[in-house]
Amino acid sequence: MAGSILEIKDLHVAIEDQEILKGVNLTIKGGEFHAVMGPNGTGKSTLASAIMGHPKYEVTKGSVLLDGEDVLEMEVDERAQAGLFLAMQYPSEISGVTTSDFLRSSINAHREEGDEISLMKFIKEMDAAMDYLDMDKNMAQRYLNEGFSGGEKKRNEILQLMMIKPAIGILDEIDSGLDIDALKVVSKGINKLRSESFGCLMITHYQRLLDYITPDYVHVMMQGRVVKSGGPELAQRLEAEGYDWIKQELGIEEETVGQKA
Amino acid sequence: MTVDTKLPYEKDYVSKFSDERNEPEWMKSLRLQALELADSLPMPTPDKTNITKWNFSQFKHKAEGQVIKSLDELPDDIKVFIDMENHDKNLVIQRNQSIAYKSLSSELEKKGVILTDITTALHEHSDLVQRYYMKDAVAIDENRLSALHTALMNGGVFVYVPKGVVIEEPLQSIFWQEDNEVATFNHVIVVAEENSSLTYVENYISHNQDQQAVANIVTEVIAHDNASISYGAVDNFAKGTTVYVNRRGVAYRNATIDWALGQMNDGHTASENITHLIGDDSTSHAKTVTVGRGHQIQNFTAKIVHFGLASEGYILQHGVMKESASSVFNGIGKIEHGASKSNAEQESRVLMLSKDARGDANPILLIDEDDVTAGHAASVGRVDPIQMYYLMSRGISKTEAERLIIHGFLAPVVKEIPIKAVREQLTQVIEGKVY
Repeated sequence: MAGSILEIKDLHVAIEDQEILKGVNLTIKGGEFHAVMGPNGTGKSTLASAIMGHPKYEVTKGSVLLDGEDVLEMEVDERAQAGLFLAMQYPSEISGVTTSDFLRSSINAHREEGDEISLMKFIKEMDAAMDYLDMDKNMAQRYLNEGFSGGEKKRNEILQLMMIKPAIGILDEIDSGLDIDALKVVSKGINKLRSESFGCLMITHYQRLLDYITPDYVHVMMQGRVVKSGGPELAQRLEAEGYDWIKQELGIEEETVGQKA
Repeated sequence: MTVDTKLPYEKDYVSKFSDERNEPEWMKSLRLQALELADSLPMPTPDKTNITKWNFSQFKHKAEGQVIKSLDELPDDIKVFIDMENHDKNLVIQRNQSIAYKSLSSELEKKGVILTDITTALHEHSDLVQRYYMKDAVAIDENRLSALHTALMNGGVFVYVPKGVVIEEPLQSIFWQEDNEVATFNHVIVVAEENSSLTYVENYISHNQDQQAVANIVTEVIAHDNASISYGAVDNFAKGTTVYVNRRGVAYRNATIDWALGQMNDGHTASENITHLIGDDSTSHAKTVTVGRGHQIQNFTAKIVHFGLASEGYILQHGVMKESASSVFNGIGKIEHGASKSNAEQESRVLMLSKDARGDANPILLIDEDDVTAGHAASVGRVDPIQMYYLMSRGISKTEAERLIIHGFLAPVVKEIPIKAVREQLTQVIEGKVY
């Protein structure tokens, strides 16, 4: 299967009447890994949440297309079924629903009725993915994210990513709160998905993640826009020199969204 | 038999009813005594729910049911509650007021365990029944309904586990109200002698939609020193039945009474579940779940009273309200003077599925002692939109996401129901009520 294309065009997004994104343009194709970087408060996570359809975010202008289909017209579950996946920065805790039951429902939601995954096949795949991510097997029977440590929640997000195998994966600060060993494991899981049929958008404000997952493209966000794009070398320069040179180059004094340019 | 304040049955009727059943003299006089009291006693007053207009007087008092030769004769909707593969079952099936089926493993019988219908128990173990019947747990003169219950009692079971007998397999009762108008005045007694333990599960089933009936149930559970009782129930009375159910426990030294109640009635229901922790180091978990729908009005009062030192009581009430249903959840922990080192916790949570549904969660702590620990929590809310978003972001449909959240919300009680078949049935009932 050839890869999908996610096109974000002039995207404006507001939360509680405050505009956070002020015209984001990005195109992600199957096989490509994009990193969106930037200091805190510049709209990176808003971008991820708005694409997935978080109820608090309102798209005020622009479009998001997946293989030409209007994503913004879709309900959240339809977006997922169309091939989008968001590994969340703060996954919800859901009491009484086991991780395993949730995963199975998720996988079946991507399949036709009557073509549900067999229990044996599901368990086999889940065990393999959990081994790959060095996860404690007991986690499958624990309630979804309830009482999970920060690291366990992130691994659980990647477990879902690996099992659902979306066309486009968006990772919202998957590296935050992870120690270096956990980061290596999580990266290993993400790298395993690399193929022509998988496109990835990684949101991070640390270069650290990109030491383990090499991006094809790097974008810098400030003031709710993508202000600079480049290859992996851009990330390395940010690591070495920080963001100040970009601000100087573009004449930006305050990079966060609340300020005027 | 019209709806008024006059008692539906007279002295002669009650006397004759007792005679027909060849009851011991003490039972007959208790009935008549209670009947007299009923006239003057007030109705129970569950906090924040007015039950004075509910139907407690229009019903038929007697109905027989056919005996079955084998469990295979049961209709499917009764069969599902039974673990059909287990051939050494401990089971009583009451069909209307007759015992349709009864079995107790020979091993338990040898050990002196009793699991039988209340009428047989009155014949065969009159003294034992008399020792516990409306004595330590519920009194006949508590209110009009407890008196009426005593006067008109027409079914129930007696469970007795002798000293030191530990039963692994659950004991089960099924109360099948096949007749659409017959009232359920069931009396259940469960006694665990010192150092014994048992698990008991009961199911109430009726199908009356339009026909009016009444269920006035009293359950008395007694755990003697070091005994442990796990009590599960799935109540599933249909819309036409008005329910007053009073389940009460008394726990002596180092004894445990754990309740897991799936209260899935479709009619108006007033449920009272009180446990007295008499002995030092006694413990009770009182867990209940319910789903309210239609115009149903319900009141669930769970109360644990601490008398013993270092006694522990935990109340957990979870309810889902839909359509125009309304429910009051009173979770009351009371620590009496002298019950030091005790711990009382109450948690009441209500999930609302529609704008017309009402839920009222009232955890209440009443403490007459300084050296104790206590805690409570309550919430009434809608399904969290962020949780919905998370589930739906994995492709799960809105309906399915809501279903997962609701089942998850009720899971802490559902998973405590002892028999797998009954647990699955409760899940099915929830499924049926929610969608």
